[in-house]
Amino acid sequence: MSELNNSVAQSGQNAATTSHNEKLRLIKDAVMRHVITVGGLSTICAVVVIFFYLLYVVYPLFLSASAEPITQYQIPSESAGKTLFLNIEEQNEVASRFTDSGAVIFFEAKTGKILAEEKVLLPEGTSIVSSVQGTPMREGAIAYGLSNGQAIIVKQQYKMDFVDNKRTIIPSLSYPLGEAPLVVDESGAALDRISFKIGESSTVIVAKTANKLHIASFEKEQSLFAEDSALIRSDSVLEMPVGTIKDILIDKEEHNVFVMYEDGLLNAVDISKKSNPEIKQQMTVIKSGEKVTSISFLNGDLSLMIGDSTGLVSQWGLVRDKSGKSMLEKIRVFKVSDSSIVAINASEQRRKGFMTIDDKGEMGVYHSTSERLMIKAHVSDSTPLAVILSPRANTLLLQNHDGKIHFWNIDNEHPEVSMKSLWQKVWYESYPQPAYIWQSSSASDDFEPKYSLTPLVFGTLKAAFYAMLVAIPLSLMGAIYAAYFMSPKMRVYVKPTIEIMGALPTVILGFLAGLWLAPFIEAHLSGLFSVLVIVPLTVVIFALSFQTFLPEEMRKSIPDGWEAAILIPVILIGGWFAFSISVPLETFLFHGTLRDWFKNEFGIGYDQRNALVVGIAMGFAVVPTIFSIAEDAIFGVPKHLTTGSLALGATTWQTMSRVVLLTASPGIFSGIMIGFGRAVGETMIVLMATGNTPVMDLSVFQGLRTLAANIAVEMPETEVDSTHYRVLFLAALVLFMFTFVFNTLAEIVRQRLREKYSSL
Amino acid sequence: MIKEWFKSGSPWIWLNAAAVSTCLIMVVGVLGLIFARGVGHFWASPIVQLSYQEDDGQIKTIIGEHVDSSVTPAVMAKSAGFVLSDNEDVLIQYLMKTGNRDLTGSDFRWIQERHVKKQTEPENLISVERREWGNFYGQLTAVKENGNVIASGDKAWDVLQERLKVALELHEQIAHLEKKEIGSINYNLEQLRLAQRALELKNAWNPAKAKEFSDKKAAYDVDYKRYQAQTAELYQKIRRDSLVATTESGAELVIPLSKVVEVTRPNKMGVFSKIGHYVQKLGAFLSEDPREANTEGGIFPAIFGTIMMVIMMSVIVTPFGVIAAVYLREYAKQGFTTRLIRIAVNNLAGVPSVVYGVFGLGFFVYILGGKIDELFFPEFSPAPVFGTPGLLWSSVTLALLTLPVVIVSTEEGLARVPKAIREGSLALGATKIETLWRTVLPMASPAMMTGLILAVARAAGEVAPLMLVGVVKLAPTLPLDGNYPFLHLDRKFMHLGFHIYDVGFQSPNVEAARPLVYATSLLLVVVIIGLNLSAILIRNHLREKYRALEG
Repeated sequence: MSELNNSVAQSGQNAATTSHNEKLRLIKDAVMRHVITVGGLSTICAVVVIFFYLLYVVYPLFLSASAEPITQYQIPSESAGKTLFLNIEEQNEVASRFTDSGAVIFFEAKTGKILAEEKVLLPEGTSIVSSVQGTPMREGAIAYGLSNGQAIIVKQQYKMDFVDNKRTIIPSLSYPLGEAPLVVDESGAALDRISFKIGESSTVIVAKTANKLHIASFEKEQSLFAEDSALIRSDSVLEMPVGTIKDILIDKEEHNVFVMYEDGLLNAVDISKKSNPEIKQQMTVIKSGEKVTSISFLNGDLSLMIGDSTGLVSQWGLVRDKSGKSMLEKIRVFKVSDSSIVAINASEQRRKGFMTIDDKGEMGVYHSTSERLMIKAHVSDSTPLAVILSPRANTLLLQNHDGKIHFWNIDNEHPEVSMKSLWQKVWYESYPQPAYIWQSSSASDDFEPKYSLTPLVFGTLKAAFYAMLVAIPLSLMGAIYAAYFMSPKMRVYVKPTIEIMGALPTVILGFLAGLWLAPFIEAHLSGLFSVLVIVPLTVVIFALSFQTFLPEEMRKSIPDGWEAAILIPVILIGGWFAFSISVPLETFLFHGTLRDWFKNEFGIGYDQRNALVVGIAMGFAVVPTIFSIAEDAIFGVPKHLTTGSLALGATTWQTMSRVVLLTASPGIFSGIMIGFGRAVGETMIVLMATGNTPVMDLSVFQGLRTLAANIAVEMPETEVDSTHYRVLFLAALVLFMFTFVFNTLAEIVRQRLREKYSSL
Repeated sequence: MIKEWFKSGSPWIWLNAAAVSTCLIMVVGVLGLIFARGVGHFWASPIVQLSYQEDDGQIKTIIGEHVDSSVTPAVMAKSAGFVLSDNEDVLIQYLMKTGNRDLTGSDFRWIQERHVKKQTEPENLISVERREWGNFYGQLTAVKENGNVIASGDKAWDVLQERLKVALELHEQIAHLEKKEIGSINYNLEQLRLAQRALELKNAWNPAKAKEFSDKKAAYDVDYKRYQAQTAELYQKIRRDSLVATTESGAELVIPLSKVVEVTRPNKMGVFSKIGHYVQKLGAFLSEDPREANTEGGIFPAIFGTIMMVIMMSVIVTPFGVIAAVYLREYAKQGFTTRLIRIAVNNLAGVPSVVYGVFGLGFFVYILGGKIDELFFPEFSPAPVFGTPGLLWSSVTLALLTLPVVIVSTEEGLARVPKAIREGSLALGATKIETLWRTVLPMASPAMMTGLILAVARAAGEVAPLMLVGVVKLAPTLPLDGNYPFLHLDRKFMHLGFHIYDVGFQSPNVEAARPLVYATSLLLVVVIIGLNLSAILIRNHLREKYRALEG
């Protein structure tokens, strides 16, 4: 074609009579050629862009994080004492330093410029012997245990102020339990270790003196005016085993206190009965001879992260055992370093990440549930004196022996997703065992999103499987008949009718499936099963009597190839009969309803919107696709093959099953694949006809949630570029690849078949 | 003989035939179901009055429309907790629409047939379609003006019809004032604010401008006050009349006519007046706005939104699809690459539609839309204009989705144009583009038409991607109105398919909304089947034409 065109162009040039008009024509031709080429190619490219865009959004999920030092500066107000803790607020603008003399220095996190200095009011003649930073750390509370058995709790507050559209953060100190020190030990012994928890309605302070554990809890009296509500205090004392206590931690609900000894003995103390605490579990969490070097809660205060002198960090959580008692169990272990862990810092606000530092100054940032090592960096040449990860986990503040504070930036966007957390069983906090769970959002902050795609993929395949179970027999048998046995006159009407079935909006099929079919099947479950048996039986009996017992003349009066039309009333009557006998049959066989029988005999529950409903509705939607392609393939089998077979004495059915089907099998196969692809990606039917519960249950009477429906439900509510957003894109990418691969395979098979036919 | 019959394979042939019959039954059944339920919605069904014995033995009157019935076998009924005597084989239940939700808390109730003592259809029962609280059923007793009875007994009906006519007219005027006039003022005030912000951003805001703007604002304010006074007056008028009716329990209820859409006495209507009523209701369904969280009223905004979206999509997809097909068939060198591209294009038709939605949301809305907002609409910040789902992005996304349909169909049409025609044209000295433009494309135009029709049919029925890129359950304004620039591509819109999903599954009162969903489904099905049939007809016609050409 283009050669011809070139020759036209050339002849136009060779003839010297080129008028102005003709030149214009040629220019126009050349311009349009380029326009169409560019337009056509870019349109086609635009389509390819889809794939790469999906990939582009998903890609950051699997990037590893990075950390880099930004600045370092002299310790602000070094004379105020040795650093107990460093702290940094959410915006990474203001940091604070708490010293052993009770001074609190607020300074700019990036420069070290002192913003304010405050002093905690200590009673005369006392000194700070122990201190602890409360969790969640963003609330910024700190408790000091004093040498006279008293304790002080202070809280840092950061108030935002907007002046001329510029944000300034004003730090201050407050005393949530009052400025006066609280007497924890009446005898006045020094509080060696202290721990506390400020809850919504009550506060608990646990302190250790010698080998006694003092538990003081303060409950707010219910009052309309929360400001001046009185505190009700209750106290109790518990004898503890002798040994060096490394740390004391109080869990989220203020039900358990964990007392960790340096030699690895962990005591879980039940304090839910305020007046009568008891040790409910004692266990050794590390190998003998090793030492526990650091311990911390993971965000949410449910799991303990225990670091030891061999560089292992293990996660422990309370798990309900068979008798319903919650016991501490080891959930997973991270090999972090070869030397001793000096600090575990899990102050991330919304994620289950944690940071470790060993005594050689190696820092590691991990995510617990995805079991990913995000960052490994050398942050110090020796054991750092104090270190803190910011609430948003994007900066790190570290004080070294060199007398400086180092400020690091951390870029760690999506630690919660890994191949393991997406596809394998994961042991989430407060679950009894590892499981596949999709649960993407919740109202509370310390909720952990659970992104396992496995239940969604399972649901997708389950729905597609049941749909194919309905669609394949119907469409293939229909295609065989329509292409080979049906009279051409009837075919003219049947083919478009079935193709129109494919054009019906799926939202309508879904609506019918959810609001009409689902209640219908629930009420007539046994009828549905009896139809499966009775209708084919009716058809065979009818055919038999029609062909063998009916007088010849009557049979001849009905032309060949109209069997399908005659069968319509037969099937309707058979179906009606099946439904009408189903109830007596059900009563007779199962002594009640079939649903109850399944429930009582096999423990199979029944959801109204289940895989059976989806199977039928989606099967209906897929039938035309498979039918159309399979029918084309069977119809296209060259006529000389069939006539040859028939001439050799084969019956029509033998010809069909041994010659035609065999030849057309690639086409049929490709039809099934395309149909399967459609069933996998179908959204509206599954959205409306299933309960959309992401469970993994093979039962045909249970609901499911598919990848496509999940995207449709959750996508509009996600925050752009969040992990959830990217995981949903990943689900879309999985769908895209899946259907694309299936369709391409099918298309290649079909093209091969076409070549084969033309060569036959 | 029977054995032989089985051996011959005949049973298989019959079973295969049965599969075709089953498919046909299913298609016809589904269409019939939608048709039967959808068509019946507007028919004025009789109101029945029942004497019903409640579970506690008391006899009560129930007034309502019969909606549905169910037959439950005795065994199942017993396991569901019903008390049946031994001689009862089945439990027959009726679903009655009893209306009066404001009084009883629910619109519907199931009653047992065996407890119905007496059933009548008194002619004086009225059905009141209200703007709030759904239907009312009962007996009309009086009509009031400013709280004073002006007609009662038999005369009440005629007076009511008169007064209602006036009230409906007033309601229309109020709606016009509030939506059109005041809505337009609000729109203009908002435009003014944005213009001011734009000037401020450009540092071009000066006292002269401020004066000009405040003058304009004052003018709008004057208009606004005037319209407000008018509506207040109209409200005063419309609140004047009310009707008094008694319910099934004998309680009296006063319904202001401002809350009434229609009052009918279906039991007194003849067939012709019922047909007239049917046509009127159908018209209202197609032309009115939805009421009561979409469960009542019309679906006009959804029809309008669907049509707008489809038109926009056609405008985008046709040129691109045709150019791509022309390139593939006429300009590109046929070979491995074109084959690959063809496979790819073909398969894109099989990519799940929700994936296109995801792409549209991420790429068009957040990236393209975000950039457009940044460059052209800084004054709107922080509210997004094109950086949020809307009509434009829906159309573009669906254009992408239907692109393969148009390409494949157009290519088919181009392939069918006999080579001799092209060669003849070129031999006569026409350039390639002239050959294409004057001979090939016109001949292939029915194929393009087919492709476009199929694309439109697909787009009209597609919901999943639209849920992500621009459809909402209730759009306050249409994407096309009298305010400059008239066509608002950034607005969100309503769509028939999504309307079905939303009303059928997300509405608080699914039972009441169900007939409406069936009616909407019927409309959508009719449109889509009509489009598909016309595509098939065009295709068949085309084939015949070329057969003649080739012969």
